[in-house]
Amino acid sequence: MIPALETHDLTVTYHKRPVLYGVDLAIPEGNLVGIIGPNGAGKSTFIKSVMGVIPTVGGWVKVFGKPLKENITRVGYVPQRGSVDWDFPVTVMDVALQGTYGKLGMFRRVGKKERMLAEEALDKVGMLPYAKRQIGNLSGGQQQRVFLARAIAQDSDLYFMDEPFVGVDAATESAIISLLQDMRENGKTVVVVHHDLQTAPEYFDMLMLLNMRLLAFGKTEDVFTKELLQKTYGGGLTILSEIATAAAKENVKASHD
Amino acid sequence: MDTVLLQLDAFLSRPFQGDDSGLWYVLMAFSVALPCSLLGCFLLLRRMALVGDAISHSVLPGIVIAYLIVKDLSSPWLLFGAGATGMLVTVLIEMIHSKTRVKQDAAIGISFTTLFALGILLVSLFTRNDHIDADCIISGELTHIIYYEALELFGKEVPMPLITSTIVAIGAIGAIIVFYRLLMLSSFDAGLTASFGINPKVVHYLLMAVLSLVVVTSFRAVGAILVIALLIIPAASAYLCTHRLKTMLLLSGIHSAISSLAAMYIYVNFECSIASAMVVAGLLLFIVAWLFGPVDGLVWKWKRRYFRSESYDYGEVDH
Repeated sequence: MIPALETHDLTVTYHKRPVLYGVDLAIPEGNLVGIIGPNGAGKSTFIKSVMGVIPTVGGWVKVFGKPLKENITRVGYVPQRGSVDWDFPVTVMDVALQGTYGKLGMFRRVGKKERMLAEEALDKVGMLPYAKRQIGNLSGGQQQRVFLARAIAQDSDLYFMDEPFVGVDAATESAIISLLQDMRENGKTVVVVHHDLQTAPEYFDMLMLLNMRLLAFGKTEDVFTKELLQKTYGGGLTILSEIATAAAKENVKASHD
Repeated sequence: MDTVLLQLDAFLSRPFQGDDSGLWYVLMAFSVALPCSLLGCFLLLRRMALVGDAISHSVLPGIVIAYLIVKDLSSPWLLFGAGATGMLVTVLIEMIHSKTRVKQDAAIGISFTTLFALGILLVSLFTRNDHIDADCIISGELTHIIYYEALELFGKEVPMPLITSTIVAIGAIGAIIVFYRLLMLSSFDAGLTASFGINPKVVHYLLMAVLSLVVVTSFRAVGAILVIALLIIPAASAYLCTHRLKTMLLLSGIHSAISSLAAMYIYVNFECSIASAMVVAGLLLFIVAWLFGPVDGLVWKWKRRYFRSESYDYGEVDH
């Protein structure tokens, strides 16, 4: 089967310093994939470079077996919530409609079909009653739902989401994850940048462990291991210090025995 | 009662008595203020207000160099030269900002001041012409338009600068309508725009090109310093009054119409610079928007606070 996303030797630099180095990857269709790694590991950079939002210096990207340009309408992108100005004078409905512009283009009129897509998407995330509200009057969780509705309105097959769980309430977090699972049930592939190691194994089918290089990629149960996480995070993370303490205790025990 | 009406009528018609010059002044003011006010909305939302200022200063060396070559103040080459240096400054800003660690605000400060200084140097070195002098550079000479060549249109002698600025205004408004979605989307979410396969930098430079052209035609009317006011004050006033982009554009346009007309009355009564009058009138409208804006006007906030605190006091006495 053709993978939903394939990258080969993907390399990105920022001010001449490499931030991503030779990422080789093939994500099979119909999976919910988490990207985890420490701050500055290049998680957002990875999805931005795959989407062509930032330039790469080497390697290639294929989406459903073709270069990104040919399949660009099959890909949806949800940027970080903080990357836009929420005082911008648009309504919730306007933002949801933006999702349809990928296929509609920049010049054709918004028709009934686009409106329906946007309304359905808003309904799915429970934001339809807020359709006429200005986006600045929303809570963080509601803003994230609107972003998700926009992605649903894009009607894509492969999605990239940048930290959709940051700064949202617990109710929104569980609503979002069940939505993502729904999308997977419908055969979509969803790649999510994720921060929280505690929830990662519970949320995702597959994980990418990233720290400038791709340290591991595979089924969650295979790659969510102490050794691989340690390799990814180096040191300095609570979970790792716990591991270290545990290991130290065992050493102490061993030396006493 | 009749005398009051007569006085009012006399006051209202005063700028338009005698020859057509009053009409030309108002139309000229409006034809530069309107496209400025619409473009200003996008500058404001993209947090690029100062780029407009940068362009308006940087057109000066372009105008002077073109003038030195063609030796004719009404030549279209002046527009071309001005547009070229206007674009040059946006490229300079972008280069300094992306190739060095200097941030954008500092990059703006470096590029436009230098180009403006270069323009001033050229003016004082090479031109001893009445039309390019310090006054003209600072606040423009809108009233000078009637000294230019005129074209016979609809039985009236329409001054050339008015015709040029009207054509530019129509072009700019047309571009905003055609590219509305692109401008809105890339101003709101550059990441999403890029993910659609559109380079936001291309949109940026398109906007800068249109802006340069509009600023160049405004330069003659209002000078280098005041263009920024025409760009930002209407947009900021409109921004305070609505949460919809299309309404904001409309209100911004209305703001520019009112301030152009108001400027004429200030001009005939005080014999001052029309450009300055336009900016002052614009600022008054901004204050009105600030106080009474339906979205978050200060007056409504005070009112709410007053009534709330009063009812709290009442409640405390009652219980």
